[in-house]
Amino acid sequence: MSTETISIFSPELATRFDALVTKYPVKRSALVPMLLYAQDEIGYLSDAVITEIAHRLGLTELDVRNVASYYSMLRFKPAGRYNIQVCTNICCMLRGAYDLYERFREELNIGPHGATADGLFSLEEVECIGACSWAPAIQVNYDFHDELTPDLVPGILADYRGRAQAEGSKNHA
Amino acid sequence: MPRLVSHPDEVKIVSRRFGQGAANIDRYIELGGYESVKKCLAQTSDWIVNEIKSSNLRGRGGAGFSTGMKWSFVPKQSAKPKYILVNGDESEPGTCKDHLIFLHDPHAVIEGTIIAGLAVGAKSGFIYLRGEYRYLLEILERAVADAYARGFLGKNIFGSGTEFEIITQTGAGAYEVGEESALMESLEGKRGIPRIKPPFPAVVGLYGGPTVINNAETVATVPHVIAMGAAAYAELGTPRNGGTRLFCLSGHVQFPGVYELPMGYNLKKMIYEVGGGVANGNQLKAVVPGGSSTPVLRPEEIDIGMDFDQVGKAGSMLGSGGVVVIDDHTCVVEFALRTIGFYQHESCGWCIPCREGTDWLKKSLARFHAGFGKATDIDNIQYLAENMLGRTFCPLGDAAAMPTIAFVKKFRKEFEDHLNGEPCPFAREGVPHLTVV
Repeated sequence: MSTETISIFSPELATRFDALVTKYPVKRSALVPMLLYAQDEIGYLSDAVITEIAHRLGLTELDVRNVASYYSMLRFKPAGRYNIQVCTNICCMLRGAYDLYERFREELNIGPHGATADGLFSLEEVECIGACSWAPAIQVNYDFHDELTPDLVPGILADYRGRAQAEGSKNHA
Repeated sequence: MPRLVSHPDEVKIVSRRFGQGAANIDRYIELGGYESVKKCLAQTSDWIVNEIKSSNLRGRGGAGFSTGMKWSFVPKQSAKPKYILVNGDESEPGTCKDHLIFLHDPHAVIEGTIIAGLAVGAKSGFIYLRGEYRYLLEILERAVADAYARGFLGKNIFGSGTEFEIITQTGAGAYEVGEESALMESLEGKRGIPRIKPPFPAVVGLYGGPTVINNAETVATVPHVIAMGAAAYAELGTPRNGGTRLFCLSGHVQFPGVYELPMGYNLKKMIYEVGGGVANGNQLKAVVPGGSSTPVLRPEEIDIGMDFDQVGKAGSMLGSGGVVVIDDHTCVVEFALRTIGFYQHESCGWCIPCREGTDWLKKSLARFHAGFGKATDIDNIQYLAENMLGRTFCPLGDAAAMPTIAFVKKFRKEFEDHLNGEPCPFAREGVPHLTVV
């Protein structure tokens, strides 16, 4: 049972947060992980997420927003269900990251930080993701795909469309 | 799954267990794991510190400071708890070695953290991973839980009566947090803004307590140093540069990958023999020897040994081990622009020379690359970068300025070729032109 009487998070995440705030010498140390895990579940840092996290940590909402705005993975608006992050930093750039990014843009017909109409995909250019020797690389949510060429783009998208469909039908069953 | 590579010249110490299933605790033990920490438990803390000192192990994060020396700065007596903080916020462009360590050998990081704790008298350690490495965090969290279940972590580690706890932490996207004081701020739940030094973390660090901050590769190396002995480890490298390190070969090289080579290994040989030379039959134009913040080297400058001192003498830095190979079809101005674009994006904005400097450099380089540069811009770019040096709390300002200065100085002709309304001479048909992000 979560310490928050009314939580916007799932019971699993609420319980996890209860544990997280006692894990560190200082409660506030849980802030960055909580923001990220909340985003994983809710999709973005909504006003309600900020309010609850601030309450759980005894911080002001302004303080929470101030910290959240610093970190590039945290967002205040929803992204697609599968957020495609193309690294275009130097090592990936040298091995064709911009061609790869262009191919994603063409296939999805969306611009930077845009999302497809069905809400399935969003696309962004990101800085180094630590896959330099296997460039060019992307992350789809947290999944890495490396040593890519533009030809592989349609297959990657089809794979995620398939996953969404499989998960969708499972939910309906 | 990142591909593993191998080459006969490799000396596998840190990468010894890669690809052998050592993320599993039983397999790790089978492969000799957790023996070094047992050895240390039977020794004094001074013995451990001296062993690491005499191994000539130097920090793998980039600065190359003596690890044993760093440990020796922690006061023996402290009113506040002491901490070990492992920096796994690997974000320096060109660097992907910690990625492999956490994937293939997370227990080596755990074991190294415990040993560091024993050396300085800390009872807890934090392992901080960048937020993008979620799948690696899950592997690490599993490994930590397994170590607790075996009694390797907790109130009474290995039945010795000694206590040691490990707490894992995720970041959420920030290069700046790889800087040690910003890392502590982030772990304390704040924006990752650097602290002024002194006081140094060894005296006043995390939660105000004395703190040792080491790179993940450094920590993963520690158990190997203890196992093989400091002298044997030191001997693998060059004077004052002990052992081996993981070099991340990337860019226009035929066989990119992470190779473990002895310190002092020749850079030219690394590119042409280990890496198979420049890909697609092209010629070498430049090499960034140690991650994006290290000054670029020209082809005639690469006949050097890759250790901290020799690369330093050549006017660059060994940095974090990211060797980026650039071929003769690449525009150096575009490369410089992409590099500064990164630092402009990552500057935390705390120090004005860095915040404003990276922004102006990016604007100037973008304009220049697009063919709207003026002759005076070349000197201006260099002047701007030079005035950022040493004027910021943390090294990010220098990290942005140093490569920019080197690009302008060493490839001035290429900058001049962009002048007079000429767009980039290296622009290729069908390749999107880099614009300001």
